[in-house]
Amino acid sequence: MIEEIFSNILIYFVVIPVLMLAGLALCKNIKQIRAVALVGSIALMALSVYVLVDYLQLRAAGETAQMLYTDSWQWFGPLNIHLAVGVDGISIAMLLLSAIILFTGTFASWKIDPMPKEFFLWLILLSTGVFGFFISIDLFTMFMFYEVALIPMYLLIGVWGSGKKNYSAMKLTLMLMGGSAFLMLGLIGIYYHSAPEGGQLTWNLVEISQNNAIDRDWQYFLFPMTFVGFGVLGAMFPFHTWSPDGHASAPTAVSMLHAGVLMKLGGYGCFRVAIYLMPEAANDLAWIFLILTGISVVYGAFSACVQTDLKYINAYSSVSHCGLVLFAILMLNTTAMTGAIMQMLSHGLMTALFFALIGMIYGRTHTRDIREMGGLMKIMPFLAVCYVIAGMASLGLPGLSGFVAEMTIFVGSFQHTDMFHRVFTIVACCSIVITAVYILRVVGKLLFGPVQDEHHLQLTDATWWERFSTVSLIICVAAIGCFPGFFSDLISFTFSENIFKVLGIN
Amino acid sequence: MDQTIPLLILALPLCMFLVLGLAGHKMSHKMAGILGTLGMGTALVLAYTTAFTYFFGGNFVDEAGNRLQHIVFNYDWLAFTENLIIRLGFLLDPISAMMLVVITTISFMVHLYSLGYMHGEKGFQRYYAFLSLFSFSMLGLVVATNIFQMYIFWELVGASSFLLIGFYYTKPSAVSASKKAFIVTRFADLGFLIGILILSFYSNTFDFVTMTQAPGNVLASTGGAVFMGGSVLTWALVLIFMGGMGKSAMMPLHIWLPDAMEGPTPVSALIHAATMVVAGVFLVARMFPVYLVEEVALEIVTWVGALTALYAAIVACTQVDIKRVLAFSTISQIAFMVVSLGVARPELHEGVGYMASMFHLFTHAMFKALLFLGAGALIHAVHSNDFTSMGGLRKHMPITHITFLIGCLAIAGIYPFAGFFSKDEILVAAYSNSMMWGIWMTAVAGLTAFYMFRLYYRIFWWNNPDYSKHHHTPHDAPWTMTLPLIILAAVSCVAGFIPFGELVTWNREAYEIHLNYPIAITSVVVALCAIGLATIMYRKENSLPDKVADKVKGLWTAAYHRFYFDELYLFITHKIIFNLVSRPIAWFDRQIIDGTMDMFAEVTNKASEAIKGLQSGRVQSYVLVYLLGALLVGVVTVICMVL
Amino acid sequence: MEISMMYYLIPSLIMFCCGVYGFITRKNMIAILISLELMLNAVDINFVVFNRFLFPGQLDGMFFTLFAIAIAAAETALAIAIIINIFRSNKTIDVDDATKMKF
Repeated sequence: MIEEIFSNILIYFVVIPVLMLAGLALCKNIKQIRAVALVGSIALMALSVYVLVDYLQLRAAGETAQMLYTDSWQWFGPLNIHLAVGVDGISIAMLLLSAIILFTGTFASWKIDPMPKEFFLWLILLSTGVFGFFISIDLFTMFMFYEVALIPMYLLIGVWGSGKKNYSAMKLTLMLMGGSAFLMLGLIGIYYHSAPEGGQLTWNLVEISQNNAIDRDWQYFLFPMTFVGFGVLGAMFPFHTWSPDGHASAPTAVSMLHAGVLMKLGGYGCFRVAIYLMPEAANDLAWIFLILTGISVVYGAFSACVQTDLKYINAYSSVSHCGLVLFAILMLNTTAMTGAIMQMLSHGLMTALFFALIGMIYGRTHTRDIREMGGLMKIMPFLAVCYVIAGMASLGLPGLSGFVAEMTIFVGSFQHTDMFHRVFTIVACCSIVITAVYILRVVGKLLFGPVQDEHHLQLTDATWWERFSTVSLIICVAAIGCFPGFFSDLISFTFSENIFKVLGIN
Repeated sequence: MDQTIPLLILALPLCMFLVLGLAGHKMSHKMAGILGTLGMGTALVLAYTTAFTYFFGGNFVDEAGNRLQHIVFNYDWLAFTENLIIRLGFLLDPISAMMLVVITTISFMVHLYSLGYMHGEKGFQRYYAFLSLFSFSMLGLVVATNIFQMYIFWELVGASSFLLIGFYYTKPSAVSASKKAFIVTRFADLGFLIGILILSFYSNTFDFVTMTQAPGNVLASTGGAVFMGGSVLTWALVLIFMGGMGKSAMMPLHIWLPDAMEGPTPVSALIHAATMVVAGVFLVARMFPVYLVEEVALEIVTWVGALTALYAAIVACTQVDIKRVLAFSTISQIAFMVVSLGVARPELHEGVGYMASMFHLFTHAMFKALLFLGAGALIHAVHSNDFTSMGGLRKHMPITHITFLIGCLAIAGIYPFAGFFSKDEILVAAYSNSMMWGIWMTAVAGLTAFYMFRLYYRIFWWNNPDYSKHHHTPHDAPWTMTLPLIILAAVSCVAGFIPFGELVTWNREAYEIHLNYPIAITSVVVALCAIGLATIMYRKENSLPDKVADKVKGLWTAAYHRFYFDELYLFITHKIIFNLVSRPIAWFDRQIIDGTMDMFAEVTNKASEAIKGLQSGRVQSYVLVYLLGALLVGVVTVICMVL
Repeated sequence: MEISMMYYLIPSLIMFCCGVYGFITRKNMIAILISLELMLNAVDINFVVFNRFLFPGQLDGMFFTLFAIAIAAAETALAIAIIINIFRSNKTIDVDDATKMKF
């Protein structure tokens, strides 16, 4: 049994973080801690790249199964709970994203203080949950990992945060837990309706989707449950308010991981559970959530226009961008969904870049209020240039990741012929202008113009680890922006026939 | 055609951008400048080769003698659906070949000129990097094989324009100008994007060639769908034109262009006079066959162009900043091209308007770049943008004077300078469409001559101020700056004699240009009268201009304030968008949405506060309660048993 | 006169009630402890009495009582130890004042 488990490559996505935890427990000084975190995250990155390459080869060799590397081991018989793993293109993209962000996050928290060991312990525990979530195909195990990813956030913000950290940490945790409550209900409901003809009940989402097991009436109840449950984490209006406060208080690496990866858990969950298992309800109820997410997109962008705290601006921008993810998922066609996943990747990378940069700027100026800063381009050109690039990615400059993702979404969404979808697509399109407004507002105030504070003239530019972290993120952002075909092929293969056969749409 | 040269035309500026952008700070100024200029020079040679091969190589003509649209390469970049695929390619046809020549020529001139103009500036390498980025984007735009590729490069030119306007990033006015330029054009691009979405949905392709070869199919596939009183196709085309209006500074989206003059002057010459701002014209020209299907859209194009032309010409008569005058003159001249496209119909002189528009684009690029570079030399010498601090400069700067005069004559449309020929064709097209447009455009042409010579006289004649209190008396610039002036002046003199009709026409059939004497003579006479008027008013310092201004005070003030468009925009953005939309939304989010969430927490807290007394921790009271409970149960039990 | 079971049970009941009353009303920890002991002893008496009168042949009740006495002794020792410690830190053994570990 044990050997069997360890012969599956995916399980190492969980094993490596656990080993890292053990290693960290033994560490005595900051150097060892860094070494462990670095080695572990590099190993995870190497692993995800390997899985990506191997996956592509398998696909090229004609492998047509929906999920690859599937395996399943029972761990609680009476409820038929399994540790079931398997990945498709989307999960692999997400795994890669998580590994990259963990890696850069490690660099971003190079000088974390106080209690570096504990900080990394919680951070790694969080990523264990994230990786576990993305490789699971058993709903229960998935939910378990989901919770593992959420809980450390409380401590990470509450202990290492800044500002109103207790309030924010509590708010974030409670709101996400509230979402989890919906989710748990939804998942249990799915379990009890997973075998309509009285067969063995199952948590395995591949089996459920293949049998198209859940009957329609129940779908109407369970779909909103799961969608809202995951939607809270995906910052869906009106359940997004944890995001600005949470991000503003969180330490740099946590903001990066949270906005970069954790919010993607929401989108991924909405797609993989809510829509995947209950396509009919998704098709019928999509309009409600389209309205909500459509509001998210524009509303988040408008809110960002008047904020003065850098982190609030980005948190609201995340609301807008993540809203676009859910919006596109609900369009229920291949192009828009491909766009949604690309937007997840793109948003993950660029928002991590943003938060890393904000952390670095905050670490120097000790303020995040844009009114108190100015002319940073002159003082710290490297960081400023990176910020401009991140901004350009965010407002959708071609050649960087934001553009391809947004365009895929818009073109996909516009394939609907009815007025409702089109009007909402156009509303969502408007966000590109508003995004430009708030990004340029920040760039203009923060980076350009005269220096506001004489003391800032003494500040230094980025250190090598900061450079490393930002440059690697920029390279990833540019890679998606320049070679989107690769990613869209990786993702869109997964959509072929499997989900849409039920609906008879594509 | 071999792929190497076209690929290199695009790759060279891109490489220059990457090299200068990444390694520029390690290079000396000279090295970076020469590298950038050499890169552009090579691209220039390659582009000329390509254009020459296309026009005169003889391989790109079909049996009937029409020029062909040739796709040199076309790589799949991102596939949305089976048919909607973004490709990155290189489409060679008359207009793209002509644009290659224009862009590389002006860009090279500007590169060369900047060696002198930007000498010693901080961020010199960055400047050259951005110039290369712009050249790359602009070249990519004109050779786009599909509308989405054009959109991609469209955005890229917008971004490089943003970066170059904001080159002096410590200057608040430059920063806000760059922001304004980007946001206004972004807003226009939103229209462009939606237009693309609509059009591509119905035509099921992004491809220009497919779209323009059978434009009727697009209309057919819309199935006569109507939206708010206009056909879907009209909407799509108007929205696409909206993108063009943004880039080409058509009213009411023109407000960014005058402010964009905050950028370095060579940048204004390259981007905001010769190349990027004609992208809108180019876009309409590229889609022209599709526009022909929906004449309503062309009517709208004409109206927008005509109004803008008049508006900008009036405003240009009142400005004092020489770059602003040139900026409004640019807006007005681009509007000429737009009108020309708008009035073009295949049945009217075989679509002469299209040819005229492209011809004017070509000649205007040359003489407007010349004028801007000349203005740069003046600013370089006098250190001021206002012509009020200039005057009598003809003695101090003879080369600049002569070249500037040639530019003015060209733009005024005086024979034999370039502008005469192209403007004449535009007027022919306008008159053939309707008398109204003809007269309208002739009047605007007269205004053009007037404000250009007002500018000319104010700079070079008027009075002789005492320049001795300056650091040095104004003098001609070094050769790197004067050489481009001379070259461009020479081109402006002879460009009119290019047999343009044989090279560029809407259906790529050769067309023989012949002067329409009544129209040509009328326009020259009008222009000469306007010049005469300008001479009377501005040749010598006198009080006539002030008197005239007093006579039409209301109009003059309004025009001086550009008819309050900026104030209107400020009102809309600040008062409405910021204060009436964003702030309430932010407040709503904090107070209502977040307040609700906080309220839940508050209610929970309050409730627990209320019942927390029960958990006093005093065992004794627990016992008492327990005891009472037990008694109660006992009593109840007894009663039940008794009953 | 035959001494019936009642003669034992009534004092035991009185003892128990006194214990309950004392436990609820007294604030002094020692007094509470004494009340507790009182209740315990009342129960012990009941055990012995029931054993004696209802199951005369058996000794189970007696054994229970012995266990209970032993445990009560241990418990008292523990309680006294805690009370002494509370006294050391608080200088009082009033239950209402022992609030240091309360949230």
